Amino acid sequence: MSDAALPAIAAAGSDETLESPARRALRRLKRRNSALFGLAVLAIFIALAVFAPLISPYDAIATSWSLVRKPPSALHWFGTDELGRDVLARVIYGARASLLAGLISVSIAMSIGVPLGLLAGYRGGLVDALISRLTDAMLACPFLILAIALAAFLGPSLGNAMIAIGVSATPVFIRLTRGQVMAVKVEDYVEAARAIGNPPWRIALVHILPNILPPLLVQATLSIAAAIIAEAALSFLGLGQQPPAPSWGSMLNAAQRFLTNAPWMAIWPGLAIFLVVLSLNLLGDGLRDALDPRER
Amino acid sequence: MSGDLGESLRIKVPVRELIAQKLPVTLQLASMAIVIAFLIGIPAGIISAVKKGTAWDYGANLFALWGISTPNFWLGIMLIFFFSIKLGWLPASGYVPLSEDWRASLSSTIMPAFVLGNAIAAILMRHTRSAMLQVLESDYVRTARAKGLSERSVILKHAVRNALTPVITLGALELGTLLSGAVLTEQIFTIPGFGKLIVDAVFNRDYAVVQGVVLVTATIYITLNLIADIAYILVNPRLRG
Repeated sequence: MSDAALPAIAAAGSDETLESPARRALRRLKRRNSALFGLAVLAIFIALAVFAPLISPYDAIATSWSLVRKPPSALHWFGTDELGRDVLARVIYGARASLLAGLISVSIAMSIGVPLGLLAGYRGGLVDALISRLTDAMLACPFLILAIALAAFLGPSLGNAMIAIGVSATPVFIRLTRGQVMAVKVEDYVEAARAIGNPPWRIALVHILPNILPPLLVQATLSIAAAIIAEAALSFLGLGQQPPAPSWGSMLNAAQRFLTNAPWMAIWPGLAIFLVVLSLNLLGDGLRDALDPRER
Repeated sequence: MSGDLGESLRIKVPVRELIAQKLPVTLQLASMAIVIAFLIGIPAGIISAVKKGTAWDYGANLFALWGISTPNFWLGIMLIFFFSIKLGWLPASGYVPLSEDWRASLSSTIMPAFVLGNAIAAILMRHTRSAMLQVLESDYVRTARAKGLSERSVILKHAVRNALTPVITLGALELGTLLSGAVLTEQIFTIPGFGKLIVDAVFNRDYAVVQGVVLVTATIYITLNLIADIAYILVNPRLRG
C-alpha cells in the first residue's frame, strides 16, 4: 500500500523493527552536535522573542538624554544608543522582528511556491511552461534587488518587507517542488494510486506532497536564514521595520554613524543576526544529512 | 529595440549614461571580489578535502560557516571599525578610479571587495570540498596512486583538474550574488557604483533608472549563466561532441 511510504502514518506505528522515516531522521539529527547546537541557539532566540517583555531589563523604546551613547556597564550590559535607549533591550525586542520576518516571508513563499510547483510538475504541458517561464523571469533578477524594488514599491514597513521577501523567495520553492514532483510522479506507488482511481488533486496532495517534504523542509530552514538577512538588509536601508520599533538591521544603520564613539552599538545587533543565521544554517545542514535516504 | 533606456526623472541625465558611469566601478569591485573568493575558497576546499577529519578540515569548515552566516553589511561595518578607525590603515569610505591612482584605488576598494568575496569564498570552499572528496575516491585517482606518482602530483594534476569543473559552473552562478551584495556594500563604503545607483533610484522613486538598472542586472545575470555553461563545456572535453 502506498500509504506505507508516508512519514506521518508510518510514524504512528509502534513496531520497533520497522523504524519510521521521521523517527530515523530525528535519531540521526540527534547524533549531529552542530545541528543540536544550532537548535539550542535558535531556541534561545525564540524564547527571547516570545518572552521579551519578561526578560528585557528596560523598555526598548524609552529614550533618556542623560544616557546617550553610554558604554557597556553593570546597569546597561550592551551599552546605550544615540537616544539613550538600552541596546540589550533593543536586541531582545529586535529578535521579534527578525524571527517573524523569517518565518512569515518563508510561509508566504511556500504557500505560493509549493502549490504552483505541484501544479507545474504534475500537470506538465502548457501550465508547466507558463509557470516555469514566470519562475525564470523572477530568477533573472537577484533575490535582494528584487526584494528591495518590491519593498520600495509597496512602501516602507515591516509587513511590506515580509511580503517583498516572501515573493522574491517564491521562485526557488516553485523550481524545487516542480523538480521533486517530476522525480516522484513516475514512482510505482503514484502509479498504483492512479490505477485505483484517485483524482489528480488527491494524488498530488496525499501521495506526492508528503514524499517531497524533506527537501522542502531543508530549503525552508535555509530560506529562513536568507530571509532574516534580507529583512535586516531592508531595515538597514530603511525599507523594513520603522523607528522607533527596534530591528537589528535599523540598529546597525544607526550604529554606522556613531562607529567612532560608540562601537558597541554595532557589535551586538550584528552578532545577533550572525548567531541566528548560523544556527539556522547548522540546523539546515543537519536536517539535509538526517533526511538523506542514502545515508544510514 | 533602440537601446534607449530613457532619462532619469530626477537629475535629467540619460539612464544609459548613468549606467555607463557607475557600472565600471562595480565591475572593478566585483573582479577584485572574485579574485579574493577564488584565492581563499579553492585552496581551502582542496586542503579541507585532502586532510579530511583533521584540524585543517574543521578550520576550513568553520570558515565556510562563518562566511555564509555573516551579513555582509555587518562585516563591512566591523572592517571599517578595525582597519579605518582603530588602525587607520585604510580609508573608511570613498572611491578613487583605477586610472587616477592605482594605489589609492586599491586601498579604497580592498575592504568592500573582501566583504563581497568572503561570502563567495565560503560557498566555493564547500563546492570544492565536496567535488574533491568525490574525485579522490574515483578509479583514476587510485590508478594514479598505483602508478607510484607523488601525492602532490596525484592531487594537483589528477584530482583538482577534474574537481574544479563543477566548481567553475557553480562559482559563475554565484556571481549574481555579487550584484545583490554590491547594493549594501557600496552603501556602507559610500562607493558610487551600480549598487548605490539602484538604492538611490529606489528611494527617489526614479522609475526610469530603476527600470533600466533592473534590465541591465537581469541581462548581466543571464549572460553570466551562459558564460558558466560555455565554460563548463570548455573545461570538460566529454561534453564537446
